[in-house]
Amino acid sequence: MAIVQLTISALPAHVRTARLMATAVARRAGINESTLDEVRLAVGEACSRAVEAHRAHCPEQPIQLELIDSAGPGGPSGPVAPDRINGNRSGRFEVVVSDRAPAKEPDEGSPLNGFDSDAHAYIGEHTPPGGVTGLSPDVGLAVILGLADEVSIEPNEVGTVVRMSWPLHKGGVEPTGAHGIG
Amino acid sequence: MDLKLDHYTEDDTEIVVVEGEIDVYTAPRLRELLIDLVNKGNFHLVVNMEKVEFLDSTGLGVLVGGLKRVRAHDGTLDLVCTQERILKIFRITGLTKVFGIYESVREAIDKRKSK
Repeated sequence: MAIVQLTISALPAHVRTARLMATAVARRAGINESTLDEVRLAVGEACSRAVEAHRAHCPEQPIQLELIDSAGPGGPSGPVAPDRINGNRSGRFEVVVSDRAPAKEPDEGSPLNGFDSDAHAYIGEHTPPGGVTGLSPDVGLAVILGLADEVSIEPNEVGTVVRMSWPLHKGGVEPTGAHGIG
Repeated sequence: MDLKLDHYTEDDTEIVVVEGEIDVYTAPRLRELLIDLVNKGNFHLVVNMEKVEFLDSTGLGVLVGGLKRVRAHDGTLDLVCTQERILKIFRITGLTKVFGIYESVREAIDKRKSK
């Protein structure tokens, strides 16, 4: 197992940094090119959601990302990843986004309880103060649910942990293409 | 890459050309442009997204916000997009039912005028 950890301030500009980092690590792990777009978008959604929540509640607190290649080599003293995702984490690329903003209970009918794709419902949503969206913030979570192979969204006493994972192809790193983060 | 915005008038329609990434960082600029265009009396908008490289739900929110504003004036906001990676997020969110999505600016204008 190989892990990349990234801590970002709650700034919108850093969401792109997180996307770029996640995409680079996912490519290195062996995620195929078509799935890379899903990883990029899902990570962006999770980080956007976390940044907005932090800006509203705790702008000074950082947001943490863990990018976990369960097929990659593990370092001798590297951090230990959480031991879940359906009890079997081998052969997967997992992204964990942890925020420290107060978690709200999922509303009935929210994407957490099954996403209703009737987008006409969104048109009546108000734009939050200082926000830029005309959509419910839960739409971002709905997008994550639509993109990731496995998702868990877990509120806890300090914030919310969004875990997303995708299966890795056998053989690990793709033989061609540019790798690396730089 | 960052977000590049341009706009021009064609056939009584304001065409907004978007290039780059629309996310939580850049979306406010697109929102400001759409609001400005509506405030100046442009109620029929076409957003050309052929050069958009990334779009997330924040960007969708801005487009929906723009749609709400033009609809308040009996206007329209249609999209030009043929990129599968961008269309996918419209499908996931069900917004293909809300926006007219066309393959060219000409097609978007002609479709509106034929209604």
